[in-house]
Amino acid sequence: MKNVKHEFVEKRVGWLAIFATIVISIGGLVQITPLIFQKQTNEPVVGLEPYTALELEGRDIYIREGCSGCHSQMIRPFRAETERYGHYSLAGEHVWERPFLWGSKRTGPDLARVGGRYSDEWHYVHLMDPRDVVPESNMPGFPWLAENTLDGEYTAKKMEVFRQFGVPYTDEDIAGAKAAVAGKTEMEALIAYLQSLGTALQKQAN
Amino acid sequence: MSSFWSAWIIVLTLAFLVFIIWLLRWNMNNYTGIKEGELMDHEFDGIVEINNPLPRWWMILFWVTIVWGFIYLALFPGLGNFQGLLGWSSSNQEVRSLEESRTATEAHREAGLIVQYDREVQAAEEEFGPIFAALSERPIPELANDEDAVEIGQRLFLQNCAQCHGSNAMGGKGFPNLTDDNWLYGGSPDAIKTTLLQGRQGQMPSFSGQFNEQQITELATYVLSMSGRKVDPELAAAGKKNFAVCSACHGMDGKGNQQLGAPNLTDNIWLYGGSQAAIEETLQNGRNGVMPAWKDILGEDKIHVISAYVYGLSND
Repeated sequence: MKNVKHEFVEKRVGWLAIFATIVISIGGLVQITPLIFQKQTNEPVVGLEPYTALELEGRDIYIREGCSGCHSQMIRPFRAETERYGHYSLAGEHVWERPFLWGSKRTGPDLARVGGRYSDEWHYVHLMDPRDVVPESNMPGFPWLAENTLDGEYTAKKMEVFRQFGVPYTDEDIAGAKAAVAGKTEMEALIAYLQSLGTALQKQAN
Repeated sequence: MSSFWSAWIIVLTLAFLVFIIWLLRWNMNNYTGIKEGELMDHEFDGIVEINNPLPRWWMILFWVTIVWGFIYLALFPGLGNFQGLLGWSSSNQEVRSLEESRTATEAHREAGLIVQYDREVQAAEEEFGPIFAALSERPIPELANDEDAVEIGQRLFLQNCAQCHGSNAMGGKGFPNLTDDNWLYGGSPDAIKTTLLQGRQGQMPSFSGQFNEQQITELATYVLSMSGRKVDPELAAAGKKNFAVCSACHGMDGKGNQQLGAPNLTDNIWLYGGSQAAIEETLQNGRNGVMPAWKDILGEDKIHVISAYVYGLSND
């Protein structure tokens, strides 16, 4: 057999892997790499504030309880969504999110702008047993959150890590983190987190 | 996007398309030196390969895809900073505030660019805007008797208000019943609309620092007696002595104050429960009733229609 260049990669699996990697990575190099360096994805929206110590702990509970399995935090630019949830999500609202919690499944509603939508009292009742306020809800209750208290042992450490990622926490924020969190229930932390979601843009409206 | 990253995207995208064209053309020739349909000279475990060309239908699809790729990149944004010949985009993702979002929408509309989301909203505004504008011109009591308006109001209510007030608007513990003509902040059309537009903050302070448990029990007993409930008269009389503190908001007669959202304590309607224990809990811990503001979320016209629905629930 002569002039069968294709045989080269057919018979050398190492080279096949290298060539395949190059071909596959082109998409990522074009679509993902430039985004890392864009102003649009790095600059926070006007009025964006870092999570407070309590909100940060609430976020971790949100992650622990798997809320993003059923709730997205990404309002897409369709009228059907913005009518219900508010202005579509902007990249600049998520610059300090590591990892982001956009989610991909909406068994429940989107939560990107749930902050200020309901009272703290409503969230409490709803998280204890969602059917107390929304009879048709199929969301599970999370009553243990009201019993577990936080000790804030790692809160300052978490904030330091986030500061390394560029979140503008001050030294006072970090120094006061433990005191701000210790003794609070997980429920209070989660509600504080939920009440903060998407509020940077809402504050501008007022 | 900086010109470096723009160039990065354009060069990689076009170079890869050219590479694919070359790859495809190369494989359209029979470069093996073996005739079509004959055996290739390799064999593994008795498995042999016949030299067949790539299927024609597959080849055609591949070429169509490549051609479509070029058409797409010419019409739509894809090549770095090139916006595409249609001037199309999905939304104004570059904005950093609501103000910038509005400005961008205006600017793009004037420039004749197609921002898909803005067009969608504009089309809806043109269709539904006049309906709500016409409804908002009419007084609330009149709308409350208009079947269509009530139906629209009910839909908006179910979407936005039922989570707290219930789909039958009868509320629950901590969330007021809207059907009983008993109002914390007033039940006039204007008061209802103001509540929806601006929200309300009800503040019942905690009295655990000021009164001891015995005094709170007495106060709660007196409060119950104001609604005509059967109570221990001695306890109630003792509670009455401390009621002056409560009267600052609820009035000496306990009839409440709609300016402050202080409930009437004499009507035997209880937002947080009317048992001795529930009232003691209220006195101990205080209560925070929050009605969120809806003006920025729904806009005044829609709120006008919801107000009519709510008003109609207790005014036939």
